[in-house]
Amino acid sequence: MRLDPLDRAIIAETQGGLPLVAEPYRAVAEALGLPETELLSRMQAMQERGVIRRVAIAPNHYRLGMTANGMTVWDVDDAHAETLGARVGAFDFVSHCYLRPRALPLWPYNLFAMVHGHSRAEVDEKRAEIAALLGDACRAADMLLSKRILKKTGLRLAGGRS
Amino acid sequence: MSDLDAIDRALLNRLQDGLPVTPQPFAPLAAELGVTVEDILARLSRLKSDGYITRFGPFYDAAALGGAFCLCAMEVPEARFEAVTEQVNAHPEVAHNYERAHRLNMWFVLATETEDAIGATCAAIEAETGLAVLAFPKLKEFFIGFRVAA
Repeated sequence: MRLDPLDRAIIAETQGGLPLVAEPYRAVAEALGLPETELLSRMQAMQERGVIRRVAIAPNHYRLGMTANGMTVWDVDDAHAETLGARVGAFDFVSHCYLRPRALPLWPYNLFAMVHGHSRAEVDEKRAEIAALLGDACRAADMLLSKRILKKTGLRLAGGRS
Repeated sequence: MSDLDAIDRALLNRLQDGLPVTPQPFAPLAAELGVTVEDILARLSRLKSDGYITRFGPFYDAAALGGAFCLCAMEVPEARFEAVTEQVNAHPEVAHNYERAHRLNMWFVLATETEDAIGATCAAIEAETGLAVLAFPKLKEFFIGFRVAA
C-alpha cells in the first residue's frame, strides 16, 4: 500500500477524528493548506484502496453497557479455517477475528475471536454460538478473560502527531 | 443509558456503519432522521463529552499506516508478575498489555516501524526477563461485523 507524503499528512491530521462541523473536510483541507476537492479525492481514493475502512463513530462499548469480553480461541481444521473465520468475524458481537500460528504444544489454537456482551453470561452464550457454527471442524477451544489492563496506548501513525 | 433519546440511539446505531466522504456528510442522515445537521452535530458533541463515543472520523487500516504489529504472550510466574510488567511496559513498542486468566497470563501487542523490530523487541524482552515470548502474528484478518446496539 503506497502512501505519499501528502496522504500521510492527511492521516496524521485526521486519525484522532474529524472536527464536528457541517463541512469537516473543508476544515481539514484548510488546516493542511489544500483545496477541499483534492482532500476529498485523496480520501475517497484511500477508501477505495482499503486504507480507510470507513468514516464512522467509535462507540465506547463500555459506556453502552457492553462491559464483559473474552478472547475466545479455537483450534480449527486448517482446511476450513479461512471459510469459518470469515463467518465468525461476521457476527455482530465479534470485534476482532484473526488466524494466527499455533505454538505447540502449549498453544494449539489458530483462530482468535474477541467476543463482547453485557454480562459474562451473554459472553458465554455468544461463545456457544461460535462453537455451534464451527461444529466438528473445531478440535479444542478456550476463552481468556482479561483480568487487568497493564498498559494501553493508541496505535498511531509512525512519526505522526497524535 | 436513560439519558439517550430515540434520535441519540439512531445516531449511535447508524453512524457505526459510516458516512460517505462528501462535502456535507451529515446532510443525508439529517434528512433521513428528520432533524437538522446542527442538531446532529450538537448531539455528537454531547455523546462525545458524555463518553458514549470516543471520536468520529476515518478508521485507518493499521498496516496501511506503516509499521508492523504483533500479538505476543508470556507465561510469567505470579511472584514476578509486577516486575516483569514493568520490564515489558518499559518498551515503547508495547502498545497495550493485558493480564489474562491463563497459563499464558500476559498478552501484549507490539507496534514497530519495521518487521525486523518485532523480532528484536521480542529478543530484548526475553533477554531482560529470562522468559520465552511467544509471537502470534496475524496470518489473516477477517472482516468484522461488530456493532454495539444502543
